[in-house]
Amino acid sequence: MLELISQIFTDYTLRNVALGAAILGCVGGVLGSFATLRRQSLLGDVLAHAALPGICLAFLLSGSKVPLVLLVGGGLAGWAAALLMLTVLRYTRLPEDSALGVMLSSFFGFGIALLTFIQHSSDANQAGLDKFIFGQAATIVASDVVTMTVLGGLALALVTLLYKEFKLLSFDPEYLSSLGYPTRGLGTLLTSLTVVAVMIGLQTVGVVLMAAMLIAPAAAARQWTDRLGKMVVLAALFGAFSGVIGAVLSASRENLPTGPLVVLTASVIVVISLFFAPLRGLVWQWVREVRNRKRIRLERILLDTHVLHNHGELSPETLALRRRTSLQIATNELKQLETQGWTKQENARWLLTPAGHQRAHQLEQEMRVLPRLEARGVVSPTAKRGGA
Amino acid sequence: MSADLVIILTAVLVSTASALVGTFLVLRRMALMSDAISHAVLPGIVLAFWLSGGERATLPALLGAAAAGLATVTLVEWLTRTGRVKNDAAIGIVFPALFSLGVLAVSFYFRNVHLDLDAVLYGEIAYAPFNILTIGGRELGPESLWIMGTLTLLNLVFVLVFYKELKLSTFDAGLAAALGFMPGVLHYLLMSLVSVTAVGAFQSVGAILIVAFIIIPPATAYLLTQRLPVMIGLAVGIGAVSSVLGYVFAILMDASIAGMMATVAGILFGLALLFSPLQGLVTQAIRRHRQRQEVAARLLVSHLAHHDRPVPLSEVQEEFGWNPRFLRRVQELALRAGWVQLEGTSLRVRRERIAKNLWR
Repeated sequence: MLELISQIFTDYTLRNVALGAAILGCVGGVLGSFATLRRQSLLGDVLAHAALPGICLAFLLSGSKVPLVLLVGGGLAGWAAALLMLTVLRYTRLPEDSALGVMLSSFFGFGIALLTFIQHSSDANQAGLDKFIFGQAATIVASDVVTMTVLGGLALALVTLLYKEFKLLSFDPEYLSSLGYPTRGLGTLLTSLTVVAVMIGLQTVGVVLMAAMLIAPAAAARQWTDRLGKMVVLAALFGAFSGVIGAVLSASRENLPTGPLVVLTASVIVVISLFFAPLRGLVWQWVREVRNRKRIRLERILLDTHVLHNHGELSPETLALRRRTSLQIATNELKQLETQGWTKQENARWLLTPAGHQRAHQLEQEMRVLPRLEARGVVSPTAKRGGA
Repeated sequence: MSADLVIILTAVLVSTASALVGTFLVLRRMALMSDAISHAVLPGIVLAFWLSGGERATLPALLGAAAAGLATVTLVEWLTRTGRVKNDAAIGIVFPALFSLGVLAVSFYFRNVHLDLDAVLYGEIAYAPFNILTIGGRELGPESLWIMGTLTLLNLVFVLVFYKELKLSTFDAGLAAALGFMPGVLHYLLMSLVSVTAVGAFQSVGAILIVAFIIIPPATAYLLTQRLPVMIGLAVGIGAVSSVLGYVFAILMDASIAGMMATVAGILFGLALLFSPLQGLVTQAIRRHRQRQEVAARLLVSHLAHHDRPVPLSEVQEEFGWNPRFLRRVQELALRAGWVQLEGTSLRVRRERIAKNLWR
């Protein structure tokens, strides 16, 4: 592995692939952050799938296989699909997910039809268009990396420049509109920038898996922070990291496609973030739940022992009777309270310690809702009498 | 049976089976779940392939892929329920990951096996006539027809038997639950059928284009009607039409059959989008245009009614600021309705005609 990583700096192909994937991950992470926050995660999927017919048309019209020409064609087609979808959403009642699905599958189907048409009709010159479907990172050369850097740099520069506006657009578009900003124009711009991210990704991960490069880094970054700035930076880092690791992994053996490995790396980061991110991590939530449940159970036992202590005899038998459990469980419960320092045994008798008294008293006070509300002035004391 | 007929019949069966379940997916706003399922089918098929020792067996593939489809649904729903990611992001995380696993496994283990990625993408419906189902040495006809026929029948029976329950739980899940119809069970049944349909159609039209068959015809039907039975019928019809037309165009252009079918379905959707009597863009534009003229005609008559004398057209134009062409249209409309009469270049209101029917 270390050997492979050192190869990034020496091996020409691997360096280009890793750089391309890293740029893609970075740009995809940044724009994906805004897309997921605007609930448009799957728009990226549509944009990517819709790029296929654009690539084929660009080839048919220009006859060249220069990546930039094909990428621009793909970008334009993706853009057209997005505009068409917005039209459908604005003028009909078709649900959003159906509109997305229609655009995705019809554009992609058209792309497949064009692709096979080109494959069957023309000479050997066409070979390699289908690499855009799953991506074929190994074909990335230095000039492609330059193209990606320029495109990605442009997109990132625009995001930096309009960061404040995009932030507001993602969280409170009505407010943005009331400030006099062209909300729809800014939305279209952000979508267009997502198209740029898709163009960068076409060679590396291809149209089918591109959605993951927009969604996964952003979804992972979201788990670690509640601040947009941090999220965007984290998403870019996660994306770039998955790109490099995916590229390195795919170079480790023959016949390993880069795109799926990049996507899988990003997915692993998502899983790790979902489970272990501080605050939002599912594991911590689970630990918190177990702890809370245990604490509440202990407190209920304490309250029961408190009642018994005040109004009768505190013993495992009475506790078992009150809590409707077996003698053995009741004894155990008393022992658990003992470890908390709330009860103690004296001359084979169970007693509440001063600490236990104090805690029980405190709990009882906390459970009295009405006095507390009265103290805060939420409920007037007369309301209680009137209600009774 | 001729090869053409087998292909067309298979395609029609695929589109019918898809439209039957797709209608409910579209109405339940879960259309993209089919996208996720169809992608996730790939690792399921690869796994079944692997477990059955590399043989191209149909039944294990069907079962494995159906299991993968259900796993996807469960995973997406679980992710959404954790509240850590939104539903669409959950779909977008789960299916690329599963699909990547599938692609990786294909390129890793099955380099030499007959399961290439082109087939994954757009199927091999052209080979449908050549895969003959044989049981006990007897040839029973093309395998694809048997598979898709069974699935179509299965979906049809499901929709017919549970029609009332499906309708209720689709439009009012809360009421369905309150009445004890168990919408959750129905939901998973529907999802299982979507998975099985996606798998069955996988060989014919591929993992991704099946989405076109599941979503586009019902979405097109959605634009054309507001009644559930009509929508189901229309969706099935649109699916069949795009299958047949798609095949014809594919032969003419020498292009992928499944790709062309999806294209035709997309074009049909576009036509419905433009010309649907309910929500079509052109229809809406025409309706708005006509309404604007009608309102203007009534405004004109109301204006004229304030005067006892005939009002010159130039004065009307000045009053409303209409351009001359629009004024002429409005004037014709009012004349045709008999609300006004022309006296030279002036208009006079015909009081006896407007009392009743102007603002009816």
